[in-house]
Amino acid sequence: MQFMLLFSRQGKLRLQKWYVPLSDKERKKISRDLVQTILARKPKMCSFLEWRDLKIVYKRYASLYFCCAVEDQDNELITLEIIHRYVELLDKYFGSVCELDIIFNFEKAYFILDEFLLGGEAQETSKKNVLKAIEQADLLQEVYELVL
Amino acid sequence: MPAVSKGDGMRGLAVFISDIRNCKSKEAEIKRINKELANIRSKFKGDKALDGYSKKKYVCKLLFIFLLGHDIDFGHMEAVNLLSSNKYTEKQIGYLFISVLVNSNSELIRLINNAIKNDLSSRNPTFMCLALHCIANVGSREMAEAFAGEIPRILVAGDTMDSVKQSAALCLLRLYKASPDLVLMGEWTSRVVHLLNDQHMGVVTAAISLITCLSSKNPDEFKTCVSLAVSRLSRIVSSASTDLQDYTYYFVPAPWLSCKLLRLLQCYPPPEDGAVKGRLVECLETILNKAQEPPKSKKVQHSNAKNAILFEAISLIIHYDSEPNLLVRACNQLGQFLQHRETNLRYLALESMCTLASSEFSHEAVKTHIETVINALKTERDVSVRQRAADLLYAMCDRSNAKQIVAEMLSYLETADYSIREEMVLKVAILAEKYAVDYSWYVDTILNLIRIAGDYVSEEVWYRVIQIVINRDDVQGYAAKTVFEALQAPACHENMVKVGGYILGEFGNLIAGDPRSSPLVQFNLLHSKFHLCSVPTRALLLSAYIKFINLFPETKATIQEVLRSDSQIRNSDVELQQRAVEYLKLSSIASTDVLATVLEEMPPFPERESSILAKLKKKKGPGAVSVELEDGKERGECVNFNPKPQRTSTPSPSADLLGLRSTAPASGATPSAGSLLVDVFSEAGPSATSAGVNDDGFLRFVCKNNGVLFENQLLQIGIKSEYRQNLGRMYLFYGNKTSVQFVSFNTTLNVQTKTVEPLVEGGAQVQQVINIECLTDFIDAPLLNIKFRYGGALQNISLKLPVTINKFFQPTEMAAADFFQRWKQLSQPQQEAQKIFKASHGMDTEVLKAKLLGLGTALLENVDPNPENYVCAGVIQTKAQQVGCLLRLEPNAQAQMYRLTLRSSKDTVSQRVCDLLAEQF
Repeated sequence: MQFMLLFSRQGKLRLQKWYVPLSDKERKKISRDLVQTILARKPKMCSFLEWRDLKIVYKRYASLYFCCAVEDQDNELITLEIIHRYVELLDKYFGSVCELDIIFNFEKAYFILDEFLLGGEAQETSKKNVLKAIEQADLLQEVYELVL
Repeated sequence: MPAVSKGDGMRGLAVFISDIRNCKSKEAEIKRINKELANIRSKFKGDKALDGYSKKKYVCKLLFIFLLGHDIDFGHMEAVNLLSSNKYTEKQIGYLFISVLVNSNSELIRLINNAIKNDLSSRNPTFMCLALHCIANVGSREMAEAFAGEIPRILVAGDTMDSVKQSAALCLLRLYKASPDLVLMGEWTSRVVHLLNDQHMGVVTAAISLITCLSSKNPDEFKTCVSLAVSRLSRIVSSASTDLQDYTYYFVPAPWLSCKLLRLLQCYPPPEDGAVKGRLVECLETILNKAQEPPKSKKVQHSNAKNAILFEAISLIIHYDSEPNLLVRACNQLGQFLQHRETNLRYLALESMCTLASSEFSHEAVKTHIETVINALKTERDVSVRQRAADLLYAMCDRSNAKQIVAEMLSYLETADYSIREEMVLKVAILAEKYAVDYSWYVDTILNLIRIAGDYVSEEVWYRVIQIVINRDDVQGYAAKTVFEALQAPACHENMVKVGGYILGEFGNLIAGDPRSSPLVQFNLLHSKFHLCSVPTRALLLSAYIKFINLFPETKATIQEVLRSDSQIRNSDVELQQRAVEYLKLSSIASTDVLATVLEEMPPFPERESSILAKLKKKKGPGAVSVELEDGKERGECVNFNPKPQRTSTPSPSADLLGLRSTAPASGATPSAGSLLVDVFSEAGPSATSAGVNDDGFLRFVCKNNGVLFENQLLQIGIKSEYRQNLGRMYLFYGNKTSVQFVSFNTTLNVQTKTVEPLVEGGAQVQQVINIECLTDFIDAPLLNIKFRYGGALQNISLKLPVTINKFFQPTEMAAADFFQRWKQLSQPQQEAQKIFKASHGMDTEVLKAKLLGLGTALLENVDPNPENYVCAGVIQTKAQQVGCLLRLEPNAQAQMYRLTLRSSKDTVSQRVCDLLAEQF
């Protein structure tokens, strides 16, 4: 996977994760162009599209679009389920996740993503294991606070 | 503001985010952000040391501001400080900031690397994972230098926690992708491969991505992974849907791992070990069988995960391309998906079938779905799906269905989305050419293409139709008739005018017998479009007009009138003006014979790969059109049209109809060195009449037969010659460049010639033919003396006629063994002549080859063991004897030197050919 973007129906970027080295300028341009392209598509259209030399896989959950750019040999359907699993993880962690949770706790959204995907590849696909790792970290915080 | 559910809240951050969200305008937002930046800056610079919490909060705010799209140029140091905090969340925010906003400041990188090093050696798995995530997120070269040695050790160490192994594997993958030279697996290879056997599914899932990437780069070192991957896959595929606990996803066991295993196997050919292969085939069959079973859940996640594995399995089957049974089953399965209600599945089925179409085992099976695919092209509502359908039609096209597919694609073009039109046009053009059985169909198709989607018809496409019409005389009359009809339309595309202008200019005579398309009607039709066209098209039309004057003398007056009008002859565009002036002049001063020679029909184009195909390849990247590349033998008609303008004096990009190109066989008196038209009217000729023998031109004709032998302000002498065996015929053209008569024009040759006309009118040209027979080998060339009176002055010119011994070469093809045998036979010292000399021109391969071919010998490929060298062979035919001749030219590009060696059965021949040729490079 080359990058993952989360954006709202209004085109506001909520999360961006880049797995290939790109300059800040290129990132901005890609996000802008791609957000526009996807927002212009109609609801019943297919979740995949060719975009430049990448395959784009996207899905909308309520007011948020989740969008991944993968390489030519990557599997579209499994990427779609990567998105779904990430949504499930957020949902479980926040308890019925909504866009606001991701806005106000953006750092958590990044931490959860890092536990699930690393370097653009699935690191741990078990929902239990990912959440365990995140909860452990939260616990660690509390322990430290107790000690101090 | 929602309550923060877990972990620690940062109230200040939440307030700030709320403020930003409440901003009514972009300006208000920027104002709020600037206020916050000023606040943070003052806190960071203040005297009071900040506690960890505040530092974390401010760093987090900076991160938020950056993610909103604003620039951040401070705070890096504070973030680095957080890395060494002993509070987990402070460390975590520090790492997050560094991952997102990495700065190439080397001082900072050193500090960051230090912090990472400490965490990696902390033996606290949570800290180790944080550090590894940071390396994987940044992935810079500096990090690879610092950690590429350490991470493989962590990855394979027996006491490393599973979660750390997972991070280490993917961290290493990222470093390998960025700096493959720094990541050396070496001794770890086998232990990394064996991670495929790991108990923990998460470890296997992470490690396999690394193994796949390494295998694709070094397949041999990692090939033991094949059997491990097959047995792992087999265990997953045969497991019940609940066996794998949390790795089962909506009743599908380990879909991510299954896909990755199937993907890894695509780095390798089918397993050689029969048992492994049997097991794998069994897996693939099971996957195909499962697709037919009723779904275990109605959830789309279930079917997506299941089908993800299915598509990956089909990719592997296509990759192997060796199991006809599986290929046909795959094709049938995809056929079902073509009509599935899920758009996603239809899209993927079309895409996957494209690759199946290129397999000989499944090509026929794919073709049976043609109606469904055509229907998809017509009815799919999503342009990306229609695009896939068009791609598939292109891939499944062959001689049997070409007419149907091309017709469907053409009709689709009328309504096609703008984004895909150009590619569609190229595809139609390629299919029409590739599968053209009768060329009238081909011509119709291309003209339709121009009519329907003229704007998207690139130059390559219309060049191509012209190349094909020129090369096939059976279609020329039809083409002329069809373009004539197409041009009748009140509004026709400029590309149609271009094709029409070219084809009528070349072949208008074929339809001129019909009074409805008489020469004048044709001309008026073309000229009615003239004013609507762009400059390059107008230039092309002007050339068509001069051809009309040649084809139909009755149009001369009308056309001259047009050329003479101010809008042409005084046109502000230099190219148009020049053409108008030159063509007007040419039509009025050249005799009909000269005109006929200059404007002779275009010679056939050399056969080469289609330039359209090259263009499509460029558009789609390599691989996309590999199907066409493989059966190049079918494309007998493929030729290449050189679109470069040949007129050296005009850099305009217009395609030149006269085709004055050096690569094409010379037509008429058009000298290959440049354009005759330019030369004839050139003002800047060499000055003054020369006395004595002029030998400049002589050496230029060793490797070519046609061109301008001599030129001064008064006279131009062109040459056209041909040789067969020991006979030759040379045409000399004496052109009077002035407007005054040459009187007492007289040429003498030290051999016998027919005399020429004693008068050469101003602007006119006379021709002289010389028949040549080579009696024996010779060194001195015949001398030509030209005398004439211009005004009152007597002019005297002496020239060496460019007749050289090499003109009587017959090329001889031979294999390497023959060549060396003969080379050895000619080993006496007097049989060899050798010269070592400095290059006086560029050492371009193509130019060298052209010169060696021009010499008259056969250029032998794959004979000299050094591919840089050239060897040639030929036999010189004289009446007295035949002299076999072998040649070897060794360029030394570095020294800009050549060594030329000639061996022949006659010493004088070796020496002479060597001397002549040494002057050519």
